[in-house]
This record gives sequence, C-alpha cells and structure tokens, in this order.
Amino acid sequence: MSRAKLLVLQVGVAVIAIAIWHVVTTTNLIGDQKVMKFFFSTPADVFWRTWKVFAEGTIWRHLGITLWETILAFVIGSAAGIVIGFWFARQPLVAAVFDPYVKMINALPRVVLAPIFALWFGLGIWSKVALGFTLVFFVVFFNVYQGVKEVNPVVLANARMLGMNERQLLRHVYWPAALSWVFSSLHTSVGFALVGAVVGEYLGSSAGLGYLIHQAEGVFDVAGVFSGMLILAVFVVIIDGLVTMIEGRLLKWRPSTEIKTQA
Amino acid sequence: MASNQNNTAEPAIRFDGVSISYVLADGGRYDAVAPVDISIADGAFVSIVGPTGCGKSTLLNVAAGLAAPTTGSATIFGKPLAGINAQAGYLFQQDALMPWKTAQDNVALGLEVQGLPRAQALAKAHDMLRRVGLKGFGERYPHQLSGGQKKRVALAQVLVRGPKILLMDEPFGPLDAQTRLIMGELLSGLWQADRKAVIFVTHDLDEAIGLSDRVLIMAAGPQSRIIGDFEIGLERPRDLAEIRSDSRFHTLHAEIWAVLRDEVRKTYRDVEAA
Repeated sequence: MSRAKLLVLQVGVAVIAIAIWHVVTTTNLIGDQKVMKFFFSTPADVFWRTWKVFAEGTIWRHLGITLWETILAFVIGSAAGIVIGFWFARQPLVAAVFDPYVKMINALPRVVLAPIFALWFGLGIWSKVALGFTLVFFVVFFNVYQGVKEVNPVVLANARMLGMNERQLLRHVYWPAALSWVFSSLHTSVGFALVGAVVGEYLGSSAGLGYLIHQAEGVFDVAGVFSGMLILAVFVVIIDGLVTMIEGRLLKWRPSTEIKTQA
Repeated sequence: MASNQNNTAEPAIRFDGVSISYVLADGGRYDAVAPVDISIADGAFVSIVGPTGCGKSTLLNVAAGLAAPTTGSATIFGKPLAGINAQAGYLFQQDALMPWKTAQDNVALGLEVQGLPRAQALAKAHDMLRRVGLKGFGERYPHQLSGGQKKRVALAQVLVRGPKILLMDEPFGPLDAQTRLIMGELLSGLWQADRKAVIFVTHDLDEAIGLSDRVLIMAAGPQSRIIGDFEIGLERPRDLAEIRSDSRFHTLHAEIWAVLRDEVRKTYRDVEAA
C-alpha cells in the first residue's frame, strides 16, 4: 500500500469517528441529545476548549511541568536501572539474594504508592518523578539484566581471544549489548515515565496535564476532560515520534526487521 | 603415529596427555576425549577431521585457552599455556563479530585493545579488509553483509593482529559450497604469503586435504582419540577446485576415508541405537 493511500485511510478513520460523535451528541438519533452531550460533550466544544487553552497560553505551563516530570523520571529511572541491572548481572550472588524482593516490589501496583510518595516528597514534581521512577526503573533494570546475562557467548569468546581484559569486555561487549536492550525498551520506559507523571498529578498536585483533567472531572466539565485527553494523546504521539527518531540513530547497526521487545 | 617433523624448533602447539571429561547433570562422568598427544610444527597447516561430536572443537578450545583440559597440558612454543592463548587467533564457526560495530571497527578493535592509536588501527584494518577482498565495505554493519562477507571480516579481524597460530573451528561450515571453495582459496592464499601454524577443524574431508599439510583423524566419542595421521604431500600453491581431480588427491581421499568411514558409521549406529 502506498503511503498516500495509507494516510488517507488513517485520516478517514478519524473523520468517521468524529462524525459519529458529532451526530450522536448534536441530534436525537441515538438518545436524548442533552444527556448525550452531558456524557460525551461534542467535538466542537472539545476542539474549541483545546484551542482556547492554547490561545490563552495557560496550557504551556502544565505541559512543561508534565514534560519535565517525564524527563526526570525517565533519566533517573534509566540510570538506576542500568547501574543495578549491570551489578546484578555481574554478581549472581547479589541477584539471587535480592530476587524475591525485586519480584515483590515489581508486583506491587504503583498507584498505591502515589499517596505515600505525596507524603514523602510533597505535592510538587518530586512525588510524580518518584512514581514514574518506580515504573521506568524495573523496565530498564530487567532489560539490562537480561541483556548482560544473555550476551552471545561466541561474541564473548571472540572478544576474549582478541585479547580483551575485563574492563575492555565491559566497554566493548557487555555495555553495548545491555544498551541495545535499553533502547529496544525505550518506547515502553518513556511511556511509563509519562504514565507515572500524569497519574501522580491526577492523584494530587497543583499543575500538569493530570491535574487539569482531574480539575475538569471534579466539576463534571466533560469537554475539559476530553480536551485534556486529546492534548495528552497528541503529546504522547509526539514524544513517541522523537523516541523512534533517536532509536533509529542509535540502533542503526540493527537489521530493520528487528522485532521490538516489550517489557 | 606417523609424523615427519624434522623441525628442531619448538612446536607451535604441543598436547601432552590432554583429556577432557565432563561432569553430567546426573552426577556421572562423560569422557569426551581420551588422553591425546599432538604436536603441531610452526608453519604447518593441520586439519582435524572426525565425526560429529568427537570432541575436535573441544580440543581446539583447549589450544585457545578457552577450555582447560581435565588432565595433561598444552604447551605453546615451549611455554605452558595458562589462560587465554595470546599467540593464537580464533576463527569461529558461528558469527562472532560485534554486531554493534562496523566491519572496520570490528577489525581495528583487536589492535585498539592492545593500545594502538585508533587512526593506526583503522589504517591497518582497511589494509586487511582489502586483502580479504572487502575494500569499500568498512562502514557496513555485520547485518548488512552476506555470510561469506562476514567470514571475510572475521578472518581479517583475526589476521590483523598477526597471531603466530590460527585456530579454526569449521569456519566455513555455515556457507554454501561455492562460497566455501572461494573462502578456502582466500585462506590458502593468505596462509601461503605468511605461513603460520594452523589447526583447522572440519568434517569436510575434501576441504581438509585441499588445504592441509597434515590431516589428523579423530575417532567417534566417547573417549575419542587420534586414529589416523596423514601427510598431504601435494605441492603448493594449490588450486582447490582443480586439485580435486588430481589422482593423488583421490588416493589420499580413499586412504583417509577408509579410516574415517568406520568412525562415522559408529557415530550413526550409536545415534540410532540411542
């Protein structure tokens, strides 16, 4: 299928969905129009609201805060995941001792941590960063651990025959192998960083996209909620596009048919 | 065992009573290789041929220092081997290139870890890639190369370090017949220019006779040992495609195959019985 044709079809899906939404919420075709509008708002209202927050410029502060929380959660979570993942993979005893605890903490639904983090780190950005951290850390940690453990033994034997010492093996074999796993989970970990930020804001904050959505929900402002979700969705698509670009540059040594691993 | 080493210098590789056993999961012991004595002269191209699973790759790993013998010792140019054999280059059967490095970086890597400045290492890498027929392919990543090209890069990676010993574990095994022949000729030519001691492990008798000065036959495991030692007196340089129609090649082939055949059959009989 050509790119143009695909694009037309993709846009077509959006047009049809919005058309159905419009008809349902502005006519009595399915049910009482007033009830429908209360529950689903209307496309025009949602777009108008979205336009307004951008035109007035109030949205930028919230977007900026959410973005900043996402970046911090991603960077700190990844760094910790890489270091601990490396450490566990190279020290089987440490890994064996901590194994049940790692599994326990990872099994914990992170939402229940949000109130505790709010208590520990306050209602500012750090409680959201902490929540995102707990999500990102495990994705990166497991990938690095696996990556270092499962370094191709032939490549490793070859590197040793080429005269590499332990330090050189780390630099030229273990590190790139682990990094490739980190990059292959970039989409998941960046996504989780954002989830942590938004959920954290939603549960208690004074700024950010999650806060905006929560505020609108509190006063049954459905157009506001939908507008917030629309902005969030576009925001995610843009970030994901950036990640794909970065990934393409960093993993250019990989065959393009590479199957993406998901954590 | 017939071996006409009139060389007074130290052999490149000497195995004294080298045996290899594994402890099995059920606590038993599997004696893969019975004690063997092998001496490989400097500059000799020696092939080890044997049925699948006879432990020929394991012996090679002992010479490389990647595996320790259960008993006996390996001596490299008169010095007992401990740890990785720094005099040896190893060409693996499987892909062993670092997939995250370009061909030239893979080749230069072995020099860089020795402390050679990057510019010099890259210059040498380019020269070696040219010699293996990959001029202009330096910037490619392994996944952008064919199986034969990857083998050439691997060969360059090994040769650029100037090892005194080459260890090869069925290096051309995964390649198709035509590529094998071409790789064999490339190897033969490069070796001709700079004679190193070579242990070439293969199950392909044609390949072994065509390339080697000497062919060792290993028995089927367990407790496999050397059961044949043949000098290949065919003059060099050899044309690997032509030589197969030479009458002396046929005589040698028939002679060696007579020894090998029983071992190969033994292996299959055991497999079928199991």
